[in-house]
Order: sequence, then structure tokens, then C-alpha cells
Amino acid sequence: MQTIRKHESYWHKNLVVTAVLLLIWFVVTFVVPFYARELNSIVILGFPLGFYMGAQGALLVYVVIIWYYARYMNNLDIEYGHLESEEEEGG
Amino acid sequence: MSNDLSSRLRGYYLAYTGGFIALILLLAVLEQQGMPPRWIGYAFLFFTIMIYAAIGIMSRTSNVSEYYVAGRRVPAVFNGMATGADWMSAASFIGLAGTLYLSGYQGLAYVMGWTGGYVLVALLLAPYLRKFGQYTIPDFLAARYGGNAARLVGVFAVVLASFVYVVAQIYGVGLIASRFVGLQFEIGVFLGLAGILVCSFLGGMRAVTWTQVAQYVILIVAYITPVAMLSVKVTNVPIPQIVYGEVLERLRVLETQVFYSPAEESARQLYRERAEALAERIQALPESLAEEKQRLSTQINERKLDSSASMREIVVLERQRRELPANADEARSKWNEARKAALERASVPNPHAEAFPGNSEDARNAARINFLTLVFCLMVGTAALPHILMRYYTTPTVREARSSVFWSLFFILALYLTAPAYAVFAKYEIYLHLVNSEIARLPGWIAAWGKLGLVSIEDINRDGLLQLAELTLNPDVIVLATPEIAGLPYVISGLVAAGALSAALSTADGLLLTITGALSHDVYYKIIRPQASTQWRLVISKSLLLVVAVLAAMVAAQKPATILSMVAWAFSIAGAAFFPALVLGIFWKRANKEGAVAGMLAGLLITLYYMVRVQFDSIAWLGLHGIGMEPWLEVQSTSAGIWGVPVGFLVIVVVSLMTPPPPQKTQELIERLRYPVH
Repeated sequence: MQTIRKHESYWHKNLVVTAVLLLIWFVVTFVVPFYARELNSIVILGFPLGFYMGAQGALLVYVVIIWYYARYMNNLDIEYGHLESEEEEGG
Repeated sequence: MSNDLSSRLRGYYLAYTGGFIALILLLAVLEQQGMPPRWIGYAFLFFTIMIYAAIGIMSRTSNVSEYYVAGRRVPAVFNGMATGADWMSAASFIGLAGTLYLSGYQGLAYVMGWTGGYVLVALLLAPYLRKFGQYTIPDFLAARYGGNAARLVGVFAVVLASFVYVVAQIYGVGLIASRFVGLQFEIGVFLGLAGILVCSFLGGMRAVTWTQVAQYVILIVAYITPVAMLSVKVTNVPIPQIVYGEVLERLRVLETQVFYSPAEESARQLYRERAEALAERIQALPESLAEEKQRLSTQINERKLDSSASMREIVVLERQRRELPANADEARSKWNEARKAALERASVPNPHAEAFPGNSEDARNAARINFLTLVFCLMVGTAALPHILMRYYTTPTVREARSSVFWSLFFILALYLTAPAYAVFAKYEIYLHLVNSEIARLPGWIAAWGKLGLVSIEDINRDGLLQLAELTLNPDVIVLATPEIAGLPYVISGLVAAGALSAALSTADGLLLTITGALSHDVYYKIIRPQASTQWRLVISKSLLLVVAVLAAMVAAQKPATILSMVAWAFSIAGAAFFPALVLGIFWKRANKEGAVAGMLAGLLITLYYMVRVQFDSIAWLGLHGIGMEPWLEVQSTSAGIWGVPVGFLVIVVVSLMTPPPPQKTQELIERLRYPVH
């Protein structure tokens, strides 16, 4: 019983963090470019903002999302005692 | 133990990188001493292929787990590098900067799509696939959805998507070999084939992984060096990714000057007139074809009587007559193409950074829709390409799989953050130095690439100067020719060629392994002969590798459509076939076999249907004619997955709910996937 409840709360936390990060991904990927024409009127260091977001901004957000997810989940594994041994062959 | 392995690997690859840089410097010195360019090309080609062969031979294996998943011992960082090389194909290396050069902001769809897909891989797939821990993607489908139906549909989609993609890689290899080593295109293709086989044949995934790490080093050095040098030349700062904003601003000024100069306007006017003349000629078919023939014949006869006319002129006219379309249908399609090309040159180019350009609100909306749908398809496709997903089977643990996706994107960004800068610098150089220069004194690279049909110029207004509208560049040229465009030493050109070769070979290796894995492991071992011995399974796998590789090279030798659109098709195919079934398989326990098979088939069929009907009007070898259709909502064929992916999701959900839930065993499997241990 104990393990089942523990599993459920682990999975729930996983779903929440996944959903939040996917939402950020969605905004950066689809909402920001939708307004690229408008954003382009802002120029920073020679870069029109809409162009910059597509060329660099979005990419940096992506890599941070993945980094954060790996860190969060790996910590969650420690918290819930989901530690694998090196030699495990998987499933 | 794994730390020990990591530090030993780090030692090897540092030494190797040092050796590679030493080689570049040595060749640079030799070039100063007068070594001919051709030898520099040979030296790079020979060195890189020797390295790959050496790694292939050192990692040869006859162990199944080593052959398919590198023994699941690849540390996260190295798996990230290998994924990077696996991922960055000829399209990324050669095509991306060129596409950005030609289409400016619109090209950023590729930059975003090919990186943002990793968010989906990291969040939705990689850790769970690693926990599952088998060999191929169809393995997962079979275990999750039970039975061979899902496996077979999976195999079909793996082979289809990966084959299209591998042909594009081998085509890239042929292009590089023919330009830099002076081989015939077809021979270059088969040489590339040898480079691919030497490593994947002997050592499977294990050899391919370690070769890919080596290839990553070469390709990234080769990609960044020329832009960094260009950046120093233009701005005095060697970090192009940061300073190209400034160059973009200068480019903006230059663009207005170039676009609206009188010479440019006159050239565009002439192209407009040509397009109108062609339109009239198409209207007047079939009589106009006969007239055209008559006109050329009269001219030839006049020249023949006129003693002052040169032989060359007559030969040119005769060739024009010979190349006239054979019948009215052919003439219509040929002249229509010429008309479209002329119209394109007749219009004012778009400023580089302008998002969703267009003359009307409708055109701008269509551009926006196409941008967003392409981003969507490329991302979902990235998260469904089997050769990428397979790489996450090779890490030791689920934790390492998660970190490994981070490292993958980290290493990939090194190239993707540079590509838009590459395009801006190349454009700046061309607008500043090439446009308005004398045609009689153009640099040598124009003729060299012109021979391969990738660059062409035409002095339509006969002013002896090159206008922008008179220059046609194939996007594949930009990266390969930038060192020459910027006047850098030839050793840099050789380096770029070696990098492009690495990019193409590493991706081709991964793809070939995926295809043969699907055929030998999933079809032969799992379905046809489950009692086959491990020895025999590897024999089958290796022979299939040969067959598939030769087939791909034969298709590539036909020079099909450009690299980038071929690759974009593969993404839509993979995305529509796999993404819904994989994601629902992990996150929705109720998804069952009937739903998955129906959903995969529906997604795949819709995508193929749309792609074929929007792209082609007739397929001669199938005897199909007049099948072209108007695109839905103006979405291009490369984004066909925008229809296939939602259909896939919908069909899986609806069919699953109409049929009984999956058995207890499957539900337990899903439970197990969701936790790293137990």
C-alpha cells in the first residue's frame, strides 16, 4: 500500500513538472513567433527581437527546460529512493 | 568504474582533437609552401576516413547487445556528442545556413524545429524508453501494444522515414566528393558508401557511437572556424554568434541600397518581361512550339551562310534547338517552370530579418501558417525519428538518459546558434563584394560551382556587371563555398568539406543501423525465426546493411530533389507514424492495440497522401497523371505532418475507447516504465 501511494505521488509530481515545462515550450515555440512581425520593431544590439527569439532565444530556453527537468527528476529519484545500480540492464 | 571509463575516454578524445588541430595547422603551413589545393582535399579525406576505419576496426564486435545498443555503457556526455553527430546531417551542415541565406526569417523554422523537438524527447520519451530497455522502437510498440501488427507498422514507418533520410546523406557525400576531390558525382556516392560501411559493418552501434563522437569534433570545428574567421575580418571579434546583430544592422542598410539600385530595377524589369513572354508562349501552345523551332532553324541557317559567325554560336543555337521540348505537354511544364523562375527574380527580395514577408495580408498570413506548421512538424518528427530515440537505449541508466538529452541539445546548439550567423555573414560578404562586380572578373568559385550546376549567372541587362537578380545560388553552396567567398585559405575549404563529410557519414551510419535493426531484429528474429542463433542474427543484420546501403546509394546517384525538402518529408512521416503511439503508450494506459495500429496507419496514410498530391502532379512510373491538388489552408507538402499527427492522436483515442482495454500485463508494463526502479 505504502509503495503504491509513494508511486502515485512520484508520478503526479512528474506529470506536473512535465506539464509546466511543456507550457513554457509551447509559448516560446508558437505564441512568440506568432507575433514575430510586431516584436521585430524592437531592436537590441542590432537584432530585431522577433528574429532573435527564433535564432537564439527559443533555443536557449529549450536547453534550460531540459536541464531543469533532468535535475528535478534526478533529485526526485533520490528523494523517493529510486536509485538504479550501474549494472542494471533495464526493464 | 564508469568514472574511470569517462576519464579514459576524455583522454583519448582530447588527444584526438589536438591531433586534428595539429593536422589543420600542418596543412595550412604546407599550403603556404605551395602544396596544391587538390592534395589538401585528398589529405583531409584520407585522414578522416582512416580515423573512422580505425575506430570501426577497434570496436568490431560479435555480441548482440554491443552491436545494437553499444552494451548500454555510453556515458551521458559522450552519448550527447554522438547524438549530436547522429542528428546533424548533411541537411544541418550544408543546407541549413543556405536556407537561412535564401529565406531569412522563414528559415528559422528549421533552427527552432530541429532543437525544440528535444524538449519533447526529454520530457515525453527518452527516460521511459531507457527504462523499457530493449533494442529498437518497434520493440517498444510490440511490447506495449502486444502482437506483431504494431511491430510491423512500426517497421514499415522506420524503413520509409530512415531510407528517405539516408538517401539525402549519401547525396551530400557525392556532392562533396565531386567538388573537393574532383571525382565524378556517381563515383563520389559509392566512395561515401565505403566510408559508411567501414565502420557500421564491423562494429554496429558500438563502433558507430565512438566514431560519431570523433565525427562530432571534426564537424563542429569545421563549422565554426570559417564563420569565426569571417567574423574577425568584418568585426574584429571572433564570436560570430554574439556580434552578428551588428552585421545584421549593416546588412539592412546594404539591402536597401542593393535592392533599389537602377541596375537592379532594370534587371528585374527584364525578368518580368521574360515571364510575360513565356506566359504568352504557353497560351499559344501548341503552335508556339513549332514557331520556336522554326525561329531557331532560321537563325542557324543564317549563321551558317554568314562567314563571320563563329562556330561556337552555331553550336549553342543547335543545342537550344535540340533541347526544345518534344511535345506540347512537356513544353507547358518546362516553360511554366521557367516562367516561375523568371517571376521569382523579377520580384524585390525580402529583407533578411523580416518575419512572414508578403505583399498582402493574405500572403503574410500564409507565410505565418507555414512557419508555425513547419516548426510543429519538425519538432514532432524529431521526437519520433527512430535513429535518435534509439540512442537513449545506449546509456547505462534512466538518470543518464535524462542528462544525455541535455548534453545532446547542448552539443547541437553549438551548430544551430552559429547557422543564422553564418547566413548573415555570407550574405553581407556577397552583397558587399560580389554584387555589382564585373562579370568578366568574377572569383573562381563561381565557375567551379557552376560546373556542378549549383551556381549560375546571367547578364540579362548586358551591362557587364553582376546584379543580385542575375545570380542564382543553390542553398547547398553557401556553407561549402563561404571560405572561397570570403577569400580564406584553401585549407579552410578542405576543413569544411571534411566537416560536411563527417556530418553526412555519421547520420548515414545511424540511419543504416536503424533500418537494418528494424529488418533483422524486428522482422527476421522476432517474427520469422525467433529460434535463430545470435551468430546467425548478426550475419543477417550485416548482410542487410550491405543491401540497404547499396540501394540507398543507387537512389542517391539519380540526384533527387534538394536535400532539405527530402529530409523534411522524413520528419513528417516519422512524426505522424510514431509520435502519437509512443506518447499515448506511455501516458495513457487505456490506449490499446487496435487503437495504436489504426492510429499509426491513419496518420501515416494522411501524411503520405497530402505530401504526394501537393508535391507531384504526375508519377510517371506508376502511370498516375493529374493527381496534383490545391494545398489545404496553404500548408506546403513539407508540413504534411500537421494533418497526420492530430489524426493519429484522434484515431488512437477513438478506436481504443471503442475496443476493450489492454490486458493486465500491459498495464503492469506501463506502471513499470513510469518508475526508474522496481
